[in-house]
Amino acid sequence: MKILVCVKQVPDMESRFRPDAAGVWYAETDLAFRVNEYDEYAIEQAVLLKEQLGGEPEITLLSVGPDRVVEAIKKGLAMGADRAVHVRDPEAHLKDPFQIASIIAAYAKGEAFGLIFTGMQSLDRGSTQVGVAVAEALGYPCVTTVVAFEYADGTVTVKRELEGGVKGTVRLKAPALITCQLGLNQPRYPTLPNIMKAKKKEVSVIPVEQLLQQEARLVPAQFSAPAKKGGGVILEGEVADQVDRLIGILRDKTAVLR
Amino acid sequence: MKALLVGECRDGKLLEYSYELFGFASRLGAETAMVLIGTEGALPSYGGTVYLADAGRYGEYNPDLHKRLVQAAVEREKPDYVVFLHTSYGWDLAPRVAALLKAPQVSEVVALAEGGFERPCCSQKMRQVVKPVGAPVVLTLQGGAFPALVPGGTPQQEPLEAEGEARGEFLGYEAAVRKGVDLTRAEVIVSAGRGVGKKENLPVIAELAKVLGGEVGASRPVVDSGWMEAGAQVGVTGQTVSPKLYVACGISGAIQHLAGMKKSGFIIAINKDKDAPIGEVADVLVVADVMQFVPALTAKLAK
Ligand SMILES: Cc1cc2nc3c(=O)[nH]c(=O)nc-3n(C[C@H](O)[C@H](O)[C@H](O)COP(=O)(O)OP(=O)(O)OC[C@H]3O[C@@H](n4cnc5c(N)ncnc54)[C@H](O)[C@@H]3O)c2cc1C
Repeated sequence: MKILVCVKQVPDMESRFRPDAAGVWYAETDLAFRVNEYDEYAIEQAVLLKEQLGGEPEITLLSVGPDRVVEAIKKGLAMGADRAVHVRDPEAHLKDPFQIASIIAAYAKGEAFGLIFTGMQSLDRGSTQVGVAVAEALGYPCVTTVVAFEYADGTVTVKRELEGGVKGTVRLKAPALITCQLGLNQPRYPTLPNIMKAKKKEVSVIPVEQLLQQEARLVPAQFSAPAKKGGGVILEGEVADQVDRLIGILRDKTAVLR
Repeated sequence: MKALLVGECRDGKLLEYSYELFGFASRLGAETAMVLIGTEGALPSYGGTVYLADAGRYGEYNPDLHKRLVQAAVEREKPDYVVFLHTSYGWDLAPRVAALLKAPQVSEVVALAEGGFERPCCSQKMRQVVKPVGAPVVLTLQGGAFPALVPGGTPQQEPLEAEGEARGEFLGYEAAVRKGVDLTRAEVIVSAGRGVGKKENLPVIAELAKVLGGEVGASRPVVDSGWMEAGAQVGVTGQTVSPKLYVACGISGAIQHLAGMKKSGFIIAINKDKDAPIGEVADVLVVADVMQFVPALTAKLAK
């Protein structure tokens, strides 16, 4: 069986975001990038399945984006994927989720993947569309927001997470696409020997023009900080002073210290 | 302008937040019709048309058929917008409907904007405006962004059917695990987030909870990494709490966490990032390192 894992590289969410020159997305200067958290669960699940099946499945990672995404690819390879495809696109951030999904599907079409894992969303755009749209384009059944995964003899049994912590169990036959939710597994940290081994793994580069066949259905028009409606007090400065001021506020505004 | 609203049923009941769809439609100034895969007992209090498909036949989770049912209603209503809630049901189904209709989809809409829609990005820290090209437009709405509106009345039912192959089999629901303390009764909750750093730091949070006479809660990553048990999780997929005082230590304030604690009486957040979205709901945001500030606060309070 062949397995595909889709990986996005996203900025660290503790960063300070500023609009780019066009004012439609974030400027990349000063940002540190990492593997999208949800995709780490997708990589781990693929590697766990490979281990379960005695190393038989071949895991391909795919990432669409500029050259920096090679770092994310390397991490996935060091976690245990076998090979990778970098769809090189310096303008990936201007494509809509439907276009990104179409690019991935155009690559996956001829490859007969038995399972495709994606994150349920990305931390930066968070559309929750790409995985499902890839499945629709390929005609694969798909389950989203998966927190438990089992595979046996071509049958996949998963639990998807609903509001209030309720879960729904779904069974389906491969080929299928699964979008991974936080907590699905415990993503491993790449070990040093595996990081070294990953350097020798194949990364093929495909220019996005070869795979993009669709026009955008969304045009990004603006990127900005939300209007502050909080109006809460912000305490900065020395810790000792912050402590005193906070205790003062607790005395004035709440009954908990009485 | 017309909006086709996709309501949600679980265990045969209409989910209350489905009324937020009407709130949105009224903001948009759109005429409405609703699609519901449910039972007659789940019909909304609404005088318009409800396309009702039988959940007994189509199941409550059966996206292969649900997308065709929504498509069938779209063909009859010819709406400008097909509107879902951004929930586990909505974000699962909406992209499939968009694919069938070859329509643009804007996810997690929080506001109307000039020529488009505003939605959060960068883990709720920022906002993006996007303009859809083509029609109809598929939307999912962030929970709570548009206040619920109960139109009142008795719907005109239109039976809805669709054919298609269902490739997944839904085997049933499983109730949430509820172990440990019942946080919903706590008057004070001190919650630990990923910013606490590591499991070994958790006693610092517990000690603050103790001097305040409260319980310890957690954000999801703290539970997912096995630092605390699932019963402690606050948020959409954990417990919904409203203590008199909620102290969020190293919690960024993701919408899914806020949904579980924003109704608390007084909210204190301790975060080293002044721009963390938790600041939106906090009465006091202390910009500090949790591991420096919390022990200092506990020590002073213990005196
Ligand atoms: C469908 C769905 C359901 C979900 N349900 C829930 C839910 O029920 N509950 C829930 O909590 N989450 C839920 N989540 C996850 C949610 O989206 C966030 O990922 C999660 O809440 C983040 O937890 P956090 O704030 O602890 O971590 P992070 O987002 O990583 O934030 C850590 C914060 O700590 C701060 N920090 C770091 N170091 C320090 C330090 N030394 N001192 C002070 N501050 C520091 C950082 O500035 C940051 O703001 C759900 C997600 C999805 C998609």
